[in-house]
Amino acid sequence: MAPQGRQEILEGAMAVAHAVARCRPEVIAAYPITPQTHISEELSTIVADGELQAEFVKVESEFGAASVCLGASAAGARAYTATSSQGLMLMAEVLWNIAGMRLPVVLACANRSVSAPLSIWCDHQDADSIRDCGVIQLHAEDAQEAVDQHVIAFKAAEDRRVLLPVMVNLDGFLLTHVFEPVELPDQALCDAFLGKYEALYKLDPGDPMSFGCFTEPDKCMEGRWMIHDACLRSAAVIEEVSAAFARTFGRNSGGLLEEYKSADADTVLVAKGSICGTIKDVVDELRDKGRRVGLVRIKTFRPFPRDRIVAAVRGAKRITVVEKGGSFGSGGVVTPELKDALYDAGLRIPVSGFCVQLGGREVAPDGIQEIIDRVEKGEQVHYEYFRLKKAILPDLVP
Amino acid sequence: MEFKYDERVLKPGYTSCLGCGEALAMRLVAQACGPNSIFTNCTGCSEIFTSRYPASSWAAPWIHSLFENSAAVASGVYYALKHKGRMPQVNVIGTGGDGGTADIGLQCLSGAMERGDDILYVCWDNEAYMNTGVQRSGLTPLDADTTTSPAGKASYGNDRPKKDLPMIMAAHGIPYVGVASMGYYRELAPMVKRILQIRGPKFLQVHVVCPLGWKSDPAKSAELARLAFETGLYPLYEIIRGETKPHRPPKDGWRPVEEYLKPQGRFRHLFRAGNAAERITRIQALAAANIRKFYGPDAVPQFAKDAEAKLAEAAKATA
Repeated sequence: MAPQGRQEILEGAMAVAHAVARCRPEVIAAYPITPQTHISEELSTIVADGELQAEFVKVESEFGAASVCLGASAAGARAYTATSSQGLMLMAEVLWNIAGMRLPVVLACANRSVSAPLSIWCDHQDADSIRDCGVIQLHAEDAQEAVDQHVIAFKAAEDRRVLLPVMVNLDGFLLTHVFEPVELPDQALCDAFLGKYEALYKLDPGDPMSFGCFTEPDKCMEGRWMIHDACLRSAAVIEEVSAAFARTFGRNSGGLLEEYKSADADTVLVAKGSICGTIKDVVDELRDKGRRVGLVRIKTFRPFPRDRIVAAVRGAKRITVVEKGGSFGSGGVVTPELKDALYDAGLRIPVSGFCVQLGGREVAPDGIQEIIDRVEKGEQVHYEYFRLKKAILPDLVP
Repeated sequence: MEFKYDERVLKPGYTSCLGCGEALAMRLVAQACGPNSIFTNCTGCSEIFTSRYPASSWAAPWIHSLFENSAAVASGVYYALKHKGRMPQVNVIGTGGDGGTADIGLQCLSGAMERGDDILYVCWDNEAYMNTGVQRSGLTPLDADTTTSPAGKASYGNDRPKKDLPMIMAAHGIPYVGVASMGYYRELAPMVKRILQIRGPKFLQVHVVCPLGWKSDPAKSAELARLAFETGLYPLYEIIRGETKPHRPPKDGWRPVEEYLKPQGRFRHLFRAGNAAERITRIQALAAANIRKFYGPDAVPQFAKDAEAKLAEAAKATA
């Protein structure tokens, strides 16, 4: 097993696998899909080497993976899976069900574009498209966060005030396949932090219960409200767990938001995931030139931290959301949620939404700077595919 | 089989239809498995009629997740218990209807069987999607009239024979495959108790009558199920570690398929004027093939051989 308690250079996916192993899942079910595969491959190796006592279930699909996790969790086991893109799409039906049955399954999504056109590269359309199903979504900026957010994910998911699945998003390739200095959580600290999972309700012949009964219209809505309510209330639990994690492990990897030089910024960018590293570099450069630019990074996308985000951006003259996703026929995903929060707060700060990096197209610092330059010159866009190559569009497109 | 209320695994009060074969078979199988079992259930009739929140008929732990994942959920339960050192002391029983098992759930089922998971999966085969209103499934028999394979002026109903699910399961090389019938309900409980002694994946398909979907007399469900076997249309057998053991043949010999088809509204169109007689010949030939497969060529009755000959002749004439 990889050494503990010190920084080492690890591939992101491999680091995540070792962090997951230290959370001691009892049942792991996973199906191969790029770019998630390194996580499940490494976990299967850890189990094969006897370093983790767990059942590694070689399922026939991601649908099967999620369903095995559902059954295992209902039977009282700590369960884990990892996927990407099409795999997440295939899991979608089960994820709604896992959330509805209030089972604290933890999964990773190595974010990847959704076909068609087929692309194995990173964007957030996979994760964004399951935002409504009751799965808590965390977003990591780097491998260290992806590692730490897994520990936080198990703790928050299993908290009896929450009991919802938690998905840790880490950008495919950009984080999964990049070697970075990472400190793995110490095993003893991890054991003490998480404890053994004791299910509130489980399938047990000693105390038989029925799971997944159907409801008439007079009761179904209340069942749905309980998911919504638990998801909303999980925000406080995530903050509490993140603070405890920081105290235990000495790293501030969790939480709902990161406010990066945004307190006095005139232009605030809002984004999630690894692109925030690039944005921070640009912010630093512009700050050096005296420009008041900052970043508010969404670390928890579900529950959506409405109040926190409003508080973080309320002093801004303009807000620019940099998204790696969108909703065809409407616009952004994060952008309208932010506007919704601002509207309710009575704030009419101009908001622009830029869609970048679909299918893994790189946005270098100059791209981020171009966006900032444009909005600072007074431009406001509803939702724009940034640097769209019109020249390569087929003739039939008007 | 009489049960005391307190000992029942499936308590009375569930809301199945009169004469429901699935309810009868499920009650007997559940009882044979006993309270030290965990059941998973596909979406479908049995899930609906046993689990209207906040009530439940299940006195054993029971979970319904989705339509197509009963087998995978059972696998998850199995692995959780295995990890906790509770296997094989607890029986893990996956269940589902024919659609949830043979069609939409086939992938999850295949995965569980192929992995060698120590579960028993039971398919209640009532030969159509009954819960949604009698639509055709992969296990709907040839020429059955359903709401998506209706008989009409240009159709004799379902245009394909049943998918051979037990043989698909047998091809997984699992230690046990069985085909049983609610018609022989007294055999079910001892059979299940015997099956549960076998370690590894086990598959049992139980033929169950749906009076609503088959348009049959609810009082005659068991009799009708027996006729399915006695005509050769629904062969009953077990494949135990690769060895095929057919059910003992009918005491009074094999019967013509009309005896099974006629009492059912879903085959009513075959007994109307026109060339429907040729369709019955075709069905009789299917029965002949089944009898030959499981009981040898000598077992095929003359009327069934005649049907085969007639069909061959007709094929020659068209050629």
